[in-house]
Amino acid sequence: MDTLPDTTNYMIAGYVITFITMGIYVLSMYIRNKNLSRDLETLKSIDEEEK
Amino acid sequence: MQSKPLALTILDIVSIIVLGVAAYLALVFAPTEAVMGNVQRVFYFHIGTAWVGLVGFVLAAVAGILFLVTKNMKWDRLEVAAVEVSTMFFFITIVLGSIWARPAWNTWWTWDPRLTTAAVTELIYIAYFMLRQGIEDPEKRARFGAVYTLLGGISAPITFMVIRLFRTIHPVVIGNQSAEAQGGFSMTADMRVAFFFALFAFTVIFIDLMWHRIRIGDLQDRVENLKLKVSM
Repeated sequence: MDTLPDTTNYMIAGYVITFITMGIYVLSMYIRNKNLSRDLETLKSIDEEEK
Repeated sequence: MQSKPLALTILDIVSIIVLGVAAYLALVFAPTEAVMGNVQRVFYFHIGTAWVGLVGFVLAAVAGILFLVTKNMKWDRLEVAAVEVSTMFFFITIVLGSIWARPAWNTWWTWDPRLTTAAVTELIYIAYFMLRQGIEDPEKRARFGAVYTLLGGISAPITFMVIRLFRTIHPVVIGNQSAEAQGGFSMTADMRVAFFFALFAFTVIFIDLMWHRIRIGDLQDRVENLKLKVSM
């Protein structure tokens, strides 16, 4: 009888890369959102001062 | 900071739950495939990410058409969001495919029609962001993006159909496959559950990430407009 090949390491690598990629993307969105919100607040205060 | 709508918070929670359930179904619930072993389990996420990737590219093309017709910048924001989220998911698709190919085909990569069209599609959309960045005027940038995604969108159906039209070693899960296909398998009932749930889960996650990315686009536009106002 043929034995089943042990391909578990490939499976683990696949799922680790999937979760890391998605995690990095979510983190990048969080950072972009935070930086843009800060920029918006700064620009708003400059705009208020100029009025 | 913008206040987050309650519906988006709920969608975030649902996305995390469905991702966890999809991972459980793929890694634990679905039976081990008899020939390839555990590496076949990457197939569920491979198809799930490919599905949202290709649908997103088509959606971007539709948003591009709507922008060209209406000149409303909200379609540009939708288009950018669709391309960005889809490019990320399609990158995962290609990497998972390559990981699966190593034990199944004994190679990480081969210039098979499917793999080639998938790589070309991914490169088209990476180039989209590089080219967009080089255009200062928002109106011109949006018009360029709309035409680009409209033309680039053609690559999505080609990538989907290529394994059904040409001689290729890439297996077809649903439908007739080429005689040269290697690594194909018949899905059992439990495998089908994991497969369809993965499609559903990635659709939910895609919508959630799209929504977040559209909000970032809104914020970018507000910052850009305010910058212009302040600098005048």
